[in-house]
Amino acid sequence: MIGIVDYGMGNLYSLSQALKRLDQDFVISDHSSELAGTDGLILPGVGAFKDAMALLNEKGLSAFLTRYVQEKPLLGICLGMQLLFEESEEGSLTKGLAFLSGRVARFSGISQVTGERYKVPHMGWNTLEFKQPDSPLLNALEPDYAYFVHSYYAETKDSSILIATADYHEQVPAVVGSGHIFGTQFHPEKSGVFGQALLKNYLDFVKRMPQAKAAVSRAAASLSSGEEEK
Amino acid sequence: MLAKRIIPCLDVKDGRVVKGKQFIQLRDAGDPVELAMYYNGQGADELVFLDISASNEGRNTMVDVVKAVAAKLAIPFTVGGGIHSLENIKALLRAGADKVSLNSSAVENPGLITAGADFFGCQCIVCAIDAKFDPETSSYRVYTHGGQKQTDLDAIEWAKKAVSLGAGEILLTSMDQDGEKSGFELNLTRKISEAVDVPVIASGGAGKASDFFDAFSAGKADAALAASIFHYKETSVAQVKTYLKQKGVAIR
Repeated sequence: MIGIVDYGMGNLYSLSQALKRLDQDFVISDHSSELAGTDGLILPGVGAFKDAMALLNEKGLSAFLTRYVQEKPLLGICLGMQLLFEESEEGSLTKGLAFLSGRVARFSGISQVTGERYKVPHMGWNTLEFKQPDSPLLNALEPDYAYFVHSYYAETKDSSILIATADYHEQVPAVVGSGHIFGTQFHPEKSGVFGQALLKNYLDFVKRMPQAKAAVSRAAASLSSGEEEK
Repeated sequence: MLAKRIIPCLDVKDGRVVKGKQFIQLRDAGDPVELAMYYNGQGADELVFLDISASNEGRNTMVDVVKAVAAKLAIPFTVGGGIHSLENIKALLRAGADKVSLNSSAVENPGLITAGADFFGCQCIVCAIDAKFDPETSSYRVYTHGGQKQTDLDAIEWAKKAVSLGAGEILLTSMDQDGEKSGFELNLTRKISEAVDVPVIASGGAGKASDFFDAFSAGKADAALAASIFHYKETSVAQVKTYLKQKGVAIR
């Protein structure tokens, strides 16, 4: 069971329909009690960072998500991805969930290379460059076009979290992740066949997670019992 | 690299797809969901649904059309026509539309652009501008109500204002070119694209693949929209995209 975090920011219908097309059971909720029972979460969102964090804090969801991701997977989409970072300069400086290191900044609108103006938002289909083709999110995928629409992007010095990037006058983190916490700046639910395959990869990852964890804890248990025998 | 977008436009009346030539003659043709999936299969980058229903019943049907399309379609789409309030905007976006386009209602009530942008972000508010060259003043005038009502607004100034109010994209239709199939209005398209910092969609006048190339090169458009030539299979989205790729345009 997947939980879609509904904190009042944006349109969940397309995402829920994409999950339906993948025969995925899901619950849409803003109650941590309901979301706690799920196997993995999706944090969507369009709109302003500050409003989103205010709503997450107000509903007690920030604290809930922080606990949740210690055990289970999360995928942030678009603004939902940006919220995973430490802070954003959108509006006034606002603290994020800080699951990933980096900050969210606005596209300057002026090319550092040529000094020419460019369009903001970054809107449309852009190509991806895979930085970590072995990531479970990119399983069996080739670099392709994905649909972006955003005026802010994540700046990070931690290259280990960059799974795929796009080039739009800046290096735009397009798929990010650390452990079982992931984010996509683009909209997989709007990115055609490629986006659907990436979403499916996340859902498969969520399904494998309990087995993977059980294997790890079995290994740890046998290790510690082995130690005791010595 | 960010690709130039090819956007088929579907005019919808009372839940059925139709297409107007010069905004007046209508020819009935098709089911919105079926056509959306057809264009998606052809490689369309985005779709625009323009609701030209005259009645409230017809407009209410649009929310159902949007839901049905969103359930199937995995690419973005915009809905325009008959959107007069924040409530209308909310209903369409919640039904699964990615963007709404405001035309007459934005001219009459520019605050609606800001209200929509504040609520959902500027990326989902498109300002649609119908413009016609005025030889007397040598400028482009904005028209509303499906091209029937002339306003005092200059198209370039209005585009700039709409963006300052929160519009995240401009959909520019040349009334001089619309239905003529002799190419997009390149002069105005370029002027507006240079005047605003948001993407501009060129519309009106597409007749062949090279017209799209001109819209992107000479017209500096970020996307180009067409209806009849796709709708009546005079050319296909796939053919246009193949042509543009050969010409070295970044195309998905």
